[in-house]
Order: sequence, then structure tokens, then C-alpha cells
Amino acid sequence: MSNNDKLVHDPDNILEVSHLKKYFPIKGGFFGGVTGNVKAVDDVSFSIKRGTTMGLVGESGCGKSTTGRTILRLIDKTDGTVLFNGEDIGTYDKKKLRKLRTKMQIIFQDPYSSLSPRLPIGEIIGEAVREHGLVSKEEYDDYVTKVMKDCGLQEYHKDRYPHEFSGGQRQRICIARALALNPEFVVCDEPVSALDVSIQAQIINLLRELQEKRNLTYLFISHDLSVVEHISDTVGVMYLGGLVETGKTEDIFAKPLHPYTQALFSAIPMPDPDYKKERIILKGDIPSPANPPAGCKFHTRCEKCMEICKKEDPKARDMGNGHVVKCHLYDEK
Amino acid sequence: MSLKKKSANYISAKESREISKKNRKITKELEKKRNRKHIPEEEYITKMKNPENCVEFDNVHTYFFTDIGTVKSVDGVSFDVPQGKTVGIVGESGCGKSVTSLSLMQLVQRPAGQTVEGEIRFNSGDKVVNVVNAPASVMQKLRGNYMSMIFQEPMTSLNPVFRIGEQIDEVIELHNPEKSKEEVKARTIELLEMVGIANKEGVYQMYPHELSGGMRQRICIAMALACDPKLIIADEPTTALDVTIQAQILDLLRNLKDKINSSIMLITHDLGVVAEMADYVVVMYAGRVIEKGTAREIFKDPRHPYTIGLMNSKPVVGKKVDKLYSIPGSVPNPVNMPDYCYFKDRCNMCVDACDGAYPCEYHVSPTHVVSCYRCAEGGTANEQ
Repeated sequence: MSNNDKLVHDPDNILEVSHLKKYFPIKGGFFGGVTGNVKAVDDVSFSIKRGTTMGLVGESGCGKSTTGRTILRLIDKTDGTVLFNGEDIGTYDKKKLRKLRTKMQIIFQDPYSSLSPRLPIGEIIGEAVREHGLVSKEEYDDYVTKVMKDCGLQEYHKDRYPHEFSGGQRQRICIARALALNPEFVVCDEPVSALDVSIQAQIINLLRELQEKRNLTYLFISHDLSVVEHISDTVGVMYLGGLVETGKTEDIFAKPLHPYTQALFSAIPMPDPDYKKERIILKGDIPSPANPPAGCKFHTRCEKCMEICKKEDPKARDMGNGHVVKCHLYDEK
Repeated sequence: MSLKKKSANYISAKESREISKKNRKITKELEKKRNRKHIPEEEYITKMKNPENCVEFDNVHTYFFTDIGTVKSVDGVSFDVPQGKTVGIVGESGCGKSVTSLSLMQLVQRPAGQTVEGEIRFNSGDKVVNVVNAPASVMQKLRGNYMSMIFQEPMTSLNPVFRIGEQIDEVIELHNPEKSKEEVKARTIELLEMVGIANKEGVYQMYPHELSGGMRQRICIAMALACDPKLIIADEPTTALDVTIQAQILDLLRNLKDKINSSIMLITHDLGVVAEMADYVVVMYAGRVIEKGTAREIFKDPRHPYTIGLMNSKPVVGKKVDKLYSIPGSVPNPVNMPDYCYFKDRCNMCVDACDGAYPCEYHVSPTHVVSCYRCAEGGTANEQ
């Protein structure tokens, strides 16, 4: 997956990301020069097959959201390539990018702050459709109604304002807004973490239903591992800006290889009072991405840290069945 | 549909004025009673039903008198917190779990919010205080010393303009005025060490913004533990944190509980956290307790349709399901609650009796209590 040779486009893949980097400069000093970089995303490579869901998990501050936004070109990347349907979208100019926007959409985490309080729902959902001229004027009303119905909203909701809706309903509006443009690829940036358990289930079911109906591809960013396991086909685990492990959901959850993944999974609270397990409790906090540790970035918190981990950054290694791990434990001896 | 929905929520200015006038009358009377200068001790000193308990909630009603009507946030809640045990309170947002704990601390926003009925008996060791009637001076001695609270947002519950050390010192100074400055500082450092902060001397000098979320939550816990309270109320202590940090904090709470032998009231909506921490579980829905029992009873044998639905709607790692169960509908309007079972409109297991009044509590086992007509047979009724 993340081989160093040039990426060959596989027509099955809707998205191929290779060596993506995003550094945020730190300005300071007397003249306001750049004194350092926050390496939010540091050399991330993965690909997503059409019609599948990739889950991206990790602690807060590990660069999950930045990855999602950089792929969509909401933030400009520092380095690397993003191929969407085989085309490098990094080279797109404004005009081409505008067309691309209908193909890639995003659903944000907080349904309370991502809807304009001054626009009625019909306008929120339909605005982009009209701007991009996706349907003719005559069909416009019916089209918006249809999208709303698909997302579990009623026609009479059109004239209402966001404050009249509950959290779950607002998230449906956000989903409808993203899907109104008939995208192929949607980045879901923690779409259910602000919602209650019972509402969460409704939204997850809706997302899966829509995926089947419209053959959507999701990049599902979340820190809730049980949700990710439920919805994803493949999973990527991020730590401090880098992917430490990727693979099929079943493989990763059945046999996590990287010590960080193992610790992360053992920390999931299980709703079963009799369940006893070996718990790996990580010490300390995630290091600052402005000044990441040398060698393997995880070595400061790793239980199985070896001498080599402090010096050399491990290479990605395929352990079979597309299960890629970045850890010196699996180096060939 | 649209019109009908509007008329249910619509309230005219005149009606609103009338309601607020009525509310003022009610709250004024309650405030007058509360603000008397000398409240005799016999009004708030009571006896525990069971001296083994730390707190007994007995038919507590906490209402908010708003301009659109009375919101019954807590409507007849009864449960016990035994000494040295952890009680988990679960429910969706807005079900009254936080207001229950705030009623215990007497921190409900007055005068609009009032505990109008019921008793909350708190066992402080030598005396048993009925928190509902206790005057402010008594409450001040209880809060911090005997019961303390850990809030959900570690980001906002620390004061950004004071150093960490000063903030913890203040708690200790306030409750132990006889301690000298050095003793207070020593105690603060000891607390910081207890909650697992390695660089304790350094952190003592730091400001909250220099710490991460997990560290701040540790500071909040240290502050809550400053006076060895008998009861710790943890209001969603880990909701704002990552899983790995959550595991650290839960581990810390569990160890500390054993160390200072206190009880924990854990409020959360995460069923996983409850299963891991709690000895007893209370499930709340729309201001009422619908099911309570030991953790094993609730998780292995849930009886109330809401509890069953809640369990099924959460994806569990290692259990593959095609489609998650989702409870249909939404919570009823808190201003006009129906007079039948509050869950009836969303329930898929209704029986004929559900058309009747709100079900009373039925005992399925000595510790397992369910408010549902489906448990009427086999269980013994317990009139509220």
C-alpha cells in the first residue's frame, strides 16, 4: 500500500492518497518568522475502494480531521498526492475544483454549529444544488424534497429553521446537504459523537442505507471504536500524524499488531460487567506534534520499546491480506 | 401535521405572562421558607432507613418553573447509594440525571429550579442531613467536605487566571482553616501525586491552559478529593476525553475509591463505562427511574423495553450486527408529560395495561426494580 515506488492507479479505487503531508507553520520570534512546524499529517498513504467505508481512528490531536480536510482540499497540503478517480486533484485550478466539489462532500461533527441559523432547511439543502445547476428550475423543488425524504426528513420541514430541530434531526439535515449534490465520496468527520446512543443508531443506520442506495464511499473519522468497527470495511489507526496500522476491519479488530492499536482496543469499555480482560493502560499523554519524538513516534509510551525504536522510524510492512503495520517488532530478523 | 405540531408548542404572550405570574407566587413562597434566619435542626436532621447507605433519594421531585410551564426534570426518583459502592446513573441527555445530582448538592439554579417534594438523606457519619430542607450554612459544610463533584468539562471547570496549586489550596484552606500554609501546600502536592501527576511541583506552578484534557480532569479529581469526601459525584467525567485517557481516569477513580473508601455516583450515557465501574445501575427516562438493580441484573437481564432498546442500539466491538436497533420516536415534551407510561409511544412491547396510569415499581428480585407493566406478574408491586 505505502510502497515507495510510484503509485499505480487501480480502477477499483476511488481515492488514493500517498505520502500526504500537512505542516502548519509556527510563527514567532522578533520578526514573526517561521520557527517550527506542527506536523499534523506526516506521510500518510492509503487507498479506498469504491463503495466501501474506511474508518480512521485515533486520539484527539492525531491528525484525523486534518487528513480528511486536506484530502478534500479544504486545506492545502504541504506535500504528497491525492488521486481521486485516478486524477491528481492537487493540480486542479479553481474552475475544475469547483466541479470537483459536487463529487466530494463532508459531514461535520457538530450539527449545532455547522448549520446557518438564518437559512430555512430547504435553502440549506438546496443552495448548492442551485449554485451548481445540477437540476433544472422546474425539477428543483421536487429534487430537494426527494433528498430530504431519503434522509428521513419531511417536506414541511423545508420552511423551518435549524433551531427548531433536535440534534439527531440536525445531523440528518447535514447529511441531506452533503448528499444533495449526489457525491461519490463523503468524509464523515465524527458525525455521531455529539449525539445520544439511541440517536447515534438512527444516524449510523441512515448512513449505511444511503451507502447501499447510492454506492457511496465514506471516509469515516471517529474516536469511537465500536462505531468504526460497525460501519467500516477497512480501518486506519493514526498516531501523531502518521498511520501506524491499516487493514481489513476484521483483521485489525481480531488481531491488532501495533502496540498502540492493542492499547487503544483494550481501553474500550465493554457493556458487560462480567467481561474481564488484560488492560493496557498507556502512560502519559500524546507528545506535541510540533516536536515529535525521534525514531518511532510511539516509543515514549510504548511497553515494548526497543533500542532501535528510539533511533529509526519503522517502515510499513505488509503482514498479509493488506494488513499493514509500522512497527519494529515485525521487522525481519 | 405541521399545524397540529405548532399548536402543541405554541403559547401566547398572555398565557406566558399568566404562567410566570403563577410561578413567581410559588417560587416566592418556597424561597421565603428557605431563607428563614433560624431553621430549627429538627427540620433537616433525620434518620437513614438503612444506616449502611451513604445517600437515600426518596421520591425526589425537582421542578423548573419556566415561562412555558413547569418542567418536571426529576419526578419521583428513589434510589440508594450504599457506602463504598459505585452507583451508575444512565439515560439520554435531558432525562434528569444531572439535575438529580445537582439536587443532592443543592446546586439547582434557584429560584426557577426547586426541589418541591421528597427527601434526600445524606449520611455524613455522625449526623444524617435531609439535603432538601438544609439551610445554606449546613450545605456549605457538607459540600467539599463530605460530598464533592467532578464535572464533565475539564476545559471549563478550572479558573484560567489562577495557578493549579492556588486552586487546590483554596479548597483545602476553606475547609480546614486551622492548617498552616506549608501544610496546605504539602497536602496539595500529595493530592497531585495521588492522581498520578509525575511532575507535581511543576504542575503546582502551572496554569490550566498548559495542561492537556486528561491532566486537567486529574486536577479536577484532585480538587474533589481534597477533603476525603464520603461521596464523589462524577458527572460524565470521561465524556470529553479519548478512550486511552478515559481508561486512565477510570482506573484512577477505581483505585482512589478503594483508598479513601468513599462512594461514587457516576453519571454517564456510556453503557460501557457503567458496566465497568458500577456495582448498581439506575436507568432514567424522562425524569423518572424506569429500572434499577445491580450491574449484572441490568446488563444480563434488562427488563424495561427502554433499557433493552438502549443496549441494542449501541454497537459492541466483537459483535457483528447488520443493522443497529434504533428506538423510534423521541422523548415526550417535558412540559406536557402524558398521564400514561412515558415510554408507551416509543415502545414496541406494549400490553393492554399500558393504556392505564404510569406503572408503579415492580420488584423482579429483591434488588431489581422495574417500572413496566410487563413485569407486573411474577413481581410484587411497590406503591409509590
